[in-house]
Amino acid sequence: MANPDGVDWDAIIRDPRFQSLHRRKVVFLWGLMALSVVYYFLLPIGAAYFQDWFKIRVWGVVNVGLLFALSEFVVAWAIALVYSRKASRDFDRMAAEIAAEFGGVKPSRADGTIIREGVST
Amino acid sequence: MTSISRKWSLIALIAPVPLVATPAFAQAAGVGEGYRWLTFTIFAVVIAITMVVTYLAAKRVRSASDFYTAGGGVSGLQNGWAIAGDYLSAASFLGIAGLISLYGYDGFMYSVGWLVAYITVLLLIAEPCRNIGRYTLSDILAYRNDPRKTRVVGALSTITVSTFYLTAQMVGGGVLVKTLIGINYETSVIGVGILMLAYVLFGGMVATTWVQIIKAVLLVSASIVIVLLVWAPYGFSLPAFLADVVADPKVQARVATLLGDPAKAMSAAELGQRFLEPGLYFKAPIDQISLGMALVFGTAGLPHILMRFFTVRTALQARRSVVWAMAIIGGFYVLTLFLGFGAARLVGSANIAGVDAGGNMAGPLLAQYIGGGPNSFMGNFMLAFVSAVAFATIVAVVAGLVLASASAMAHDLYVGVLRHGKETSGRGQVFAARVATLIVGAMAIGIGIAAKGQNVAVLVGLAFAVAASANFPCVLLTLYWKRCNTGGIVTGMLVGTIAAVGLTLVSPNLTYPMAVKAAAHKVLDAAPAKRAAATEALASPDAAVAGKAAKDLAALDKAVAKADADLAKWANDSTSFMGLEKPLFELKNPGLISIPLGFLGVIFGSLLMRDRRAEQMWNEVYARQNTGLLVSKSVAL
Repeated sequence: MANPDGVDWDAIIRDPRFQSLHRRKVVFLWGLMALSVVYYFLLPIGAAYFQDWFKIRVWGVVNVGLLFALSEFVVAWAIALVYSRKASRDFDRMAAEIAAEFGGVKPSRADGTIIREGVST
Repeated sequence: MTSISRKWSLIALIAPVPLVATPAFAQAAGVGEGYRWLTFTIFAVVIAITMVVTYLAAKRVRSASDFYTAGGGVSGLQNGWAIAGDYLSAASFLGIAGLISLYGYDGFMYSVGWLVAYITVLLLIAEPCRNIGRYTLSDILAYRNDPRKTRVVGALSTITVSTFYLTAQMVGGGVLVKTLIGINYETSVIGVGILMLAYVLFGGMVATTWVQIIKAVLLVSASIVIVLLVWAPYGFSLPAFLADVVADPKVQARVATLLGDPAKAMSAAELGQRFLEPGLYFKAPIDQISLGMALVFGTAGLPHILMRFFTVRTALQARRSVVWAMAIIGGFYVLTLFLGFGAARLVGSANIAGVDAGGNMAGPLLAQYIGGGPNSFMGNFMLAFVSAVAFATIVAVVAGLVLASASAMAHDLYVGVLRHGKETSGRGQVFAARVATLIVGAMAIGIGIAAKGQNVAVLVGLAFAVAASANFPCVLLTLYWKRCNTGGIVTGMLVGTIAAVGLTLVSPNLTYPMAVKAAAHKVLDAAPAKRAAATEALASPDAAVAGKAAKDLAALDKAVAKADADLAKWANDSTSFMGLEKPLFELKNPGLISIPLGFLGVIFGSLLMRDRRAEQMWNEVYARQNTGLLVSKSVAL
């Protein structure tokens, strides 16, 4: 394929390091995504169908429902932090290694302005 | 007007911006006459600050990249604040606090979905978009597809979503300004429009970003101050604070009103506790799940939010932006918990609902109370300050929306489609962007004035539904599915948009005159008996009974007047705007159905119209979005 950017994309995809990055990201990202969606929808489902549980008072007038809603914030923040640390520590390093090896090519146009938009146009 | 507002405040269920659920406030609740100068001064100071920022920004806007994405020179932290600024529209600030003050627990639960939405953005969307995109949503869609077709559908969808959202903001803003400072609706809409145009036209994304940051900082600071003042008397103990809330007779009376007959068997303590339990606002669980889906997946498809990721340079900064935004937005919703319950305890639900049936004035009224009440200097100062922040919020959100639409028009439709993607000179592009801004801005003002007094609440729910059903499946699948192609994107956009809009048009959100009239007749039929009972009680020697009877009579008069007005208003109608006597579709938010339809649209469209080139380019797209290679090419200009 004509490649004005001078980067061999197919070779990147074939590279075992990229494959490893891809696998780790897929598992990690979609795992966290599933966790977050499931945990979120437990709240409206619980509020609708498990009201008796939600009404149990555990801390003065504070009940399970309130604590559960507050825990949604904590879980969302925790997921964000876990992902962010993992990405900054592992994924970024792996991506940078691959980029350094395959992207040692200067942008083909001197001003570096053109983002390629379809080879056919 | 009040009848509409009362009826439509129920719609806030699907509408993320309850603010606009009530196009008309029952009465003006602004700053006291003697303090109007104070309001004008504070508004003037806030506007002056943003104008200085715009002036400074204007000097930095030379290229198209400066105009659309602030030249990519925004840091993760700055962008986090700006995203929070974009997202914390008047809906969160006024609407959620209002819902909590009127409905307790359900209002707080409602805020959760708004934060969780950012997990989707963080994990799946932000970084790949930064790595392969440049200015707009369509850049992502066009990357390995037919650029003209995908840009047309992407731009149309961007303009549709932004216009829905924008209309709700313009109408809400007009009403807010009218209520708070007493200038008329049209003038306030034009004022919001002109200010917003000034930011965008002269300062482009640079000014818009800074206005968002300033506004978000003001909003969060104001909320922190109010919450500290509200919470301090309880020694910053959550149970002590909430115990006082549920022990309050105003709160207990509110719950009794909401529950109706079942409340008679409950003790005062039970009524108060009920305020912290679910079910006072959300009646149909399925509606809430549907709304949750629209929020959680729709945010990742909002063009004005996606656009923010093009203002930073790297995927790392994009990631930091979202993490900061989540900290700020989430923290803000936790503060809102105190604002809402505090307003219910201190101001009282009845007073809040008396000013605005949707509860939107809860925050400002609480600020006034905390400052010392309606007749004190500090009370009026706080009210005026909070109002100015709310105003800045609306102008800033509108600016972001107009910029997103204008980019779609200038970058996608004009440069990408009409000029076949040939780059015009940098100057030509900025000129095109400014012309598009003027067009969109004029449209926004026109729509704002035309929609006066209309039920526009449904539009924000619809904006999220279209974003979740059309934009989100297209963006997600073009990033993560090799086979996704032009056919899929065009089909998905059309199917998702048509499903979301179509289902909303036949949903219970519209006014169904038959139902309205039936309800009015019911009120009128029951009125004589109620009136007789109340009149009898009025003569009671017990002052408490007589007092209650007088209140009941006043409420009855209001209800009868509303019923009469409804009957007169809908006298000649028997069907909704769509010609239906009753809703065809029971969900208030279409997400549950329309989001899967959007995904199916992309999948079937792609499979039926195979495109080898899109598949060949998959390696490039996937490698680029994961490695960030060549990202500097799309950032630098």
